[in-house]
This record gives sequence, structure tokens and C-alpha cells, in this order.
Amino acid sequence: MPFLTVLYAYLFYGAALVFVSGLTYKIVQYTLTPAPLKIPTTPAPTTRGGVVLRMTREVVLFESLFRGNKWTWMFGWLFHFGLFLVTLRHLRYFLNPVPAFIEFIQPFGVYAGFAMIVGLVGLWSRRFLVDRVRYISSRSDHLMLGLLLLLGVSGLVIHFLFHTDIVAVKTFIIGLYHFDFNPLPGDPVLLLHLALLAGLMIIFPYSKLLHAPGLFFSPTRNQVDNPRERRHLAAWASRLERS
Amino acid sequence: MAKATFKVPVLSQYPEVPAITPGSMAHSTPFQAKPEFQAALGFPGELVENWQERAIEKMGELLTRYRSLRVYLDACVKCGACTDKCHYFLGTQDPKNMPVGRQDLMRKVYRRYFTVAGRLFPKLVGAEDLTKEVLDEWYSYYHQCSQCRRCSVFCPYGIDTAEISMAAREIMDSIGVGQKYCNEIIGKVYTVGNNLGLPGPALVNTLEGLEEDVFDDTGVHVRYPIDQVGAEVLFVTPSADFFAEPHVDGLIGYGKVMHESGLSWTFSTMASEAANFGLFIGSYENMRRVALRIREAAIQLKVKRIIFGECGHAWRVGYGFLNSLAGPWDFLDPRYPVPQHICEFTWDLIQQGRLTLDKSQNDDKVLTFHDSCNVARASRMGDEAGGQFEIPRAIIRATCNHFYDMDEETIRDRTFCCGGGGGLLTDDLMELRVKGAKPRMEALNNVIQEKGVTHMAAICAICKTQFSKVLPFYGMEMDQIISLHQLVSNAIVLTPREDDDDGDEGAQSRAENADEPD
Repeated sequence: MPFLTVLYAYLFYGAALVFVSGLTYKIVQYTLTPAPLKIPTTPAPTTRGGVVLRMTREVVLFESLFRGNKWTWMFGWLFHFGLFLVTLRHLRYFLNPVPAFIEFIQPFGVYAGFAMIVGLVGLWSRRFLVDRVRYISSRSDHLMLGLLLLLGVSGLVIHFLFHTDIVAVKTFIIGLYHFDFNPLPGDPVLLLHLALLAGLMIIFPYSKLLHAPGLFFSPTRNQVDNPRERRHLAAWASRLERS
Repeated sequence: MAKATFKVPVLSQYPEVPAITPGSMAHSTPFQAKPEFQAALGFPGELVENWQERAIEKMGELLTRYRSLRVYLDACVKCGACTDKCHYFLGTQDPKNMPVGRQDLMRKVYRRYFTVAGRLFPKLVGAEDLTKEVLDEWYSYYHQCSQCRRCSVFCPYGIDTAEISMAAREIMDSIGVGQKYCNEIIGKVYTVGNNLGLPGPALVNTLEGLEEDVFDDTGVHVRYPIDQVGAEVLFVTPSADFFAEPHVDGLIGYGKVMHESGLSWTFSTMASEAANFGLFIGSYENMRRVALRIREAAIQLKVKRIIFGECGHAWRVGYGFLNSLAGPWDFLDPRYPVPQHICEFTWDLIQQGRLTLDKSQNDDKVLTFHDSCNVARASRMGDEAGGQFEIPRAIIRATCNHFYDMDEETIRDRTFCCGGGGGLLTDDLMELRVKGAKPRMEALNNVIQEKGVTHMAAICAICKTQFSKVLPFYGMEMDQIISLHQLVSNAIVLTPREDDDDGDEGAQSRAENADEPD
């Protein structure tokens, strides 16, 4: 068995373990931490259904960001929607047989790769061009953008310039499900692409990428505006009433 | 023009986002609370010996108490959408007054002590130890946030800097670093019953005087009862309403509305304060203790309903938190929300045709309306989302012939704070208050120039005090800010009662009743 295959196999087992356990830990932590007071940013929906709609608009359309800054919204949405399509497209390397829907979106997924790059370049340039955004950017913010950009570019390079034996790649990935190590092609760009992906998975639960689960737990967005109708009390606050 | 020891911003017609000037407000720092005032709130008197350890411990505790704090410290991606939204940044150019800049003062400490990345690679992720310098920075910049929530409107994750400012203030209080203004005021509520420290007899006296004034003015005996057991309605209002200008003109209006409603009502010496400064210092315990006074008053006075007067943060606590802090309110009349806002009450009467209003009484004014931040973004009025914007405007339209809104980007949920909210309404922060008022002053100035607006109505005691103070700095008159219920008061046509030819009797009987619940 080639050394690289074993290395990458264990890299992905490790990355998946960190990703899943780290994310689970954070989600459990968020779930268990109470929100003792009703703090939705108003005007807010007065029903559960309304909150589902509000959250959907936030998740799908980035409604608040749209109101906040049109440039950041445009680049941010391009990047995220691009990434979403690209991720869907990549499911064909992970599923056997490939669902019809995933087959269908294959060509769009390639365009989405470019959209993703445009979005990232736009977002990154704001970190240099806008003095306020430059001020708040730390090294990790730049590195994160670099990582994602390199991930996207290397993917497009594999697709358009230096093809890899994609069938072998898929065999390698599917094999990992059963601890069955199949040889991974040794193309450098592919190896870079996969290493970056593993890196992304590893830092996800320990970085600002937590904004993804965080949004769903944001009390200013996910609370129903009904404090006068329903009494809202956290467990630790109800203990004050007994003392 | 008022005298200033600092440069008052120049108003422009089109709002501009300034270039950042690091450190321009680093000198701004409010007076610290003296030890005796700290003790009353359950906080150490001065900086404790092992303060760093204790602060981190407190932060850990708050992280398990408040999901908002935990999620918001994790989630920020530094997208920059909030950077040009804070009135204090727009007025001071200090990048630490950008919401994310302010949050990062705590986030860097959070990362250092509570995250793997910050423990292992502090430089990479901008993590820092909690040093004395950082603490001083916290004290300065967490007292440059009015907790107005404007940033949370635009944040893609709804990060509310107010939550972080409140937590920071609570951490600082817990190690003995409290702010004089907030903490002394909370102490006054505990000892006297209201923020201004007006004792019961002074309130009784003031209300008697008001009854006489209104009778002289209108010939109708409008009552301003206090501590009347068995009244239908307990009226809770910020204590500034009892005597400050222009607040008191609003209070006169409340009385006239109540008079026309025919309901028996009463103020209370126990609950002679609607505002709850426990909110500003992020202390659930203190906020609860202040709120429980309203419950106690409602029980003592055997009322069936509670109505709140015009006050922004008070309405946030009243509308949003009162049920959590001091509920359940099952002993009150379930047909009415607890509490109700005076604007909801007045608007109901107007809709039922029970108020006779003569709009021409306000024809000497051209109005605009300032949405108070915490009413706009942290509460509601009526049954519909956004009622907090529509109901006050509907009342203005029903009482005035001339009304124009300010620029859309500066009203409703995008309204700018007056610059004095969140525990910053103190003279030792005057520079901050004047500079922070700039975006609102700019929008006001524009409608003055374009529409001939003469007055701005508000429904918040802090807004009213703040504007009467800062308007002169911008070349406007302090009396251009008025209470919304002053407009109602001017327009309302009072229905005489049988005893109106004898002005003294009612005041006497009320004064006698005043002693009972004590």
C-alpha cells in the first residue's frame, strides 16, 4: 500500500473525527446554555412559523447582511451559494449510485466554483481596501480566506488543467467507509486539494466557521416575540425565585 | 450654542462614514462608583486582589448563563457589516467604537482563556491576556455603548453588542469596578424608590401642584393620584416624568388620557420608577430586584392592570422581561397585556372614538418623531410586529396636522440612539454624548431645513433629557424636544366632571389616601 494512501486515509479519519466531535460538542454546548431573557431584535415574528421564515431568509438570502452592506452581501452570497453548489456537486464522489439530482447539477457546480472564487476575492479585497475592515482583520481571517481560495482554485485546476484519475479517487473515498484502503492517485494538485479540505474540517469547530451553527442559536434571530403572552424562565433564574 | 471643551461635529447633509482614527476616544472614562454604592448592589467596593482570576471565573459563569454571549463571542467572522452602524463610531471615528471593535475587546480575552485556538496560537487568532491595560480599555469602551442594538439589526448572525457590553459591565462590577452613575442610581431605587431619589412626600406634593396647574389651565379637575389602594390601573413611569422638562408635560398628558378613560388609576411611591438600570449593568439579580418593586406595588395597591409611561429601556424591561423577572401576573386582569404601554392605551381610546382631539391646538408646531432605540429594536406595541413604530405615529397624526418623518435610514428599526442611553446619561461623558448624537442631529437638521420641522417628539425619558442637553451644542433649541403625550395633552378636549367647580376637595381626599399603604 502506498504511503500516501495510508497517510491520507488516516488524515481523513482524523479530520472527520475532529469535525464531527468538535461540532457536536459546540452544538450540545449551545443547546444546553440557556437564553434567560427574550431578546429578539424587533420587529420580530410573533409565531414559531414566523421565526422559521425569518431564519430561512437569514440562512438562504442573508437578509440582515443585505441591509447592512451590499458589497459584502454580494460577495458573501456568491461565495456561500457557490460553495453550497460545489459541495452538492462533489457528493458524486461520496455516493454510489449517484442520485439523479446530483447528476443534474454537475455543470452548474462548475460555474459555482467560479462564483465562489469571485466571492472570495471580493471579500478578501475588502480586507485591504476598506480601512474599517482592515482594522478588524486578524491573521487568521486572512489565512482562512487563503485556505478557501486555494481550495477552490486547486479544485478548478484539477477540473480544467491537470486531470486526475477521478474514478480512483472515488474508489479511495468509498473504500474509506469500510476501512478498505484503495490507492489514491499521487497528483500534487489533488493532494493539495484534499489536504486543504482536511484542514478546513479540522479548524471548523475551533474557529469563526462556527458562525454556521451559531446562526441557528442566535437568540436575537430565533426567538418568538411573545414575552407578555408566555412566561420565559431559565432554570438558573427560577432558582432565584425559590431563595 | 453651548460651550464645549471638545470639537463638536459638523453636521452634513449627506451622512458620511468617517475614516477611522484609532484612540480618539481612549480618554473617555466615566467616574467609578464609590465602595458604599457598590456594596448595596452586592459588588465588592474596590478592585479585588485576585481580580484577574475572579474576572475570568465570572466570565466562565456568564458563558454558561447566557447563550447569547457564548454564541456571539464564537460566531463573528469580521465581515464588517456593523462597522459603520454605531452612532458612537460615526460621531467619534474611534475604531473601538465600531461594534465589532468593541466586541473584540472581550472576544480576545475569551479566545485566550476559553478556546483551544487562543490557548495554543494567541497571536494568530488575536487572543490576549486580561491585563490591567485591557481592563482599563474595557471600562472605557464598554461605557461608550448605549446598548441600542442598532448593530444587531445588520449583523448576519444577529450579534448584539449590547449583550457583550452588559456582560463586560457585570464582570467589572463583580471585581469591584463599577460605574458611579448606574450603580448610585440603582442604590437610590433600593433606598428611596426611584432613580432621582424623590421621596414619597415630594412626589405627593408635586402631583398636587400639577393638579392645581391643570385645573387653572383647563378648568377641569384632572386627578394625579398616588398610592390609591383599589385603583384599577397602576401607572409606572420614569421618575424624570414627575418634574423634568419636557417630561412632565407628557405626564400631564397621561393624566388627561386617564381622566377621559374614566378608569381609576394610581401612581405608586414603591414603584415610582419605570426605568430599570439593572439592565445597563447586565445584572439579572439587580434587574429582578428593581422589577419586583412593581409586583409588590401591584399587590399592595390591589390593581388589575399595569400601564407604563414613556421610557425606552424601561419599556424593554417592561415589555420583554417583566414577565420573566417578576411574573407570573395571574392576579391581574387577563384581558389586558401586562404591562401595557401608554401609547397602546391612548391609541385604543382614539380608535374607539373615546378621545375628543382638537388637532389645531398643535398647529404652532411641525413635528417629527424619534424612534427610541430600545422601543424600536427590543419591544413591541400592539398585536402586530412593528406596532412600536406605527402606534406612536398614529397618535401624532391624530393629534397634529403637521408631521414629517426623518430619513428612512434613520428611523424605525434603523433609528439612531439619542447618544445618552444605556447608562451614559451623565455629565462626565458629555463629549461622548454630544458626538454620539451626531447622526440623529444630522437627520433632524435635514427635516428642519427641508420640511420646516420645529419639534421632535420622543417616548423616552433618556432621549428627552439627552436631547434637551445636546441640541444647543448643534445650534438648536433645547425645547425642540417634546414628549409625545404633550401633543395629546395639548389636543385633548377634556370632559368636565361634576366636582369641577370645587377644585380643592379632590386634592385633599387624594392626599389623605396617600398615607395608607405605607
